[in-house]
Amino acid sequence: MAQAATHEEHHDHPNYVRVWAILLVLLVISVLGPMLEIQVVTLITAFGIAIVKAYMVAKNFMHLNIEPRYVAYLMGTMLIFMFLLFTAVAPDVMKYEGVNWTKEKVVQPDPGAAHAAHGDAEHH
Amino acid sequence: MSARPIATTREMAGIPTGRLAVWWVIASEIVIFGGLLASYIMHRLANDAWSVQAANTNTWIGAFNTFVLLTSSLFAVLAHKAAVEGNGKKAARLLLYTAAGGTTFALVKAYEWSVEISHGYTLASNTFWSFYYTAAGLHALHVIAGVVIMLIIAREAARNLELHRVELIGIYWHFVDIVWIFLFPLLYIAK
Repeated sequence: MAQAATHEEHHDHPNYVRVWAILLVLLVISVLGPMLEIQVVTLITAFGIAIVKAYMVAKNFMHLNIEPRYVAYLMGTMLIFMFLLFTAVAPDVMKYEGVNWTKEKVVQPDPGAAHAAHGDAEHH
Repeated sequence: MSARPIATTREMAGIPTGRLAVWWVIASEIVIFGGLLASYIMHRLANDAWSVQAANTNTWIGAFNTFVLLTSSLFAVLAHKAAVEGNGKKAARLLLYTAAGGTTFALVKAYEWSVEISHGYTLASNTFWSFYYTAAGLHALHVIAGVVIMLIIAREAARNLELHRVELIGIYWHFVDIVWIFLFPLLYIAK
């Protein structure tokens, strides 16, 4: 049975190629930005742009904007769970002392020290 | 058309059952990948030495794979558009292009990992590499699963059958793309 999707029949499709082109421009910026080695620029170009790209894909390719509102709320609830996990666990991972407790710093092995440089480290 | 034994729409949900199911799958995937990425971020912030390890990943390979996934997502959404227009053959062809993108991604990943492992960076080297292989590996498994499902759906779509499934695999594929959009800066750019 030929059964086409229904909800886009009442909506115009965005220009997908244009959206894709914008995503590629953002990709180039996210690669080049951190090369300036300025922390704020790295944060904005790498992670800020990642959020913009994810939003564009969710909105234009997954059509989250024309789904019933509860679908977006469902996705948002799961993201809140992620932040809850982070805030609950991060202190134990990121802090080394607190009230009546300390945590020993662990020096991790550096496999790169015993082997030839690889990847971007080759350029440093 | 024969009567179907199962409901394909839910009046309360307002969307077809299949699409609702995919959104639930994605909701659970957000928790899986979100938990993994949140754990990575807190460990990365707590261990400055990880930036030294992260310097050993290859940004250009990661960027190329990002390009491949973004392009495959374009093909997936164009396949969906073709399905809406009732053009099953075109939808199937575009799904095959999408699957080719997924296969390219997996092959590049295999090459990248083989080089890294040959340089001594393995799952057990330290916790950075444990996270690296776990996160990228779990994502790669999703890519491979997506390619297999896409090929099955493309075969049906080519005969103008079950065209609504083209959108369903597309939504899943775009989510896999979004996960990589966040993995890329975390594993390849933040050094």
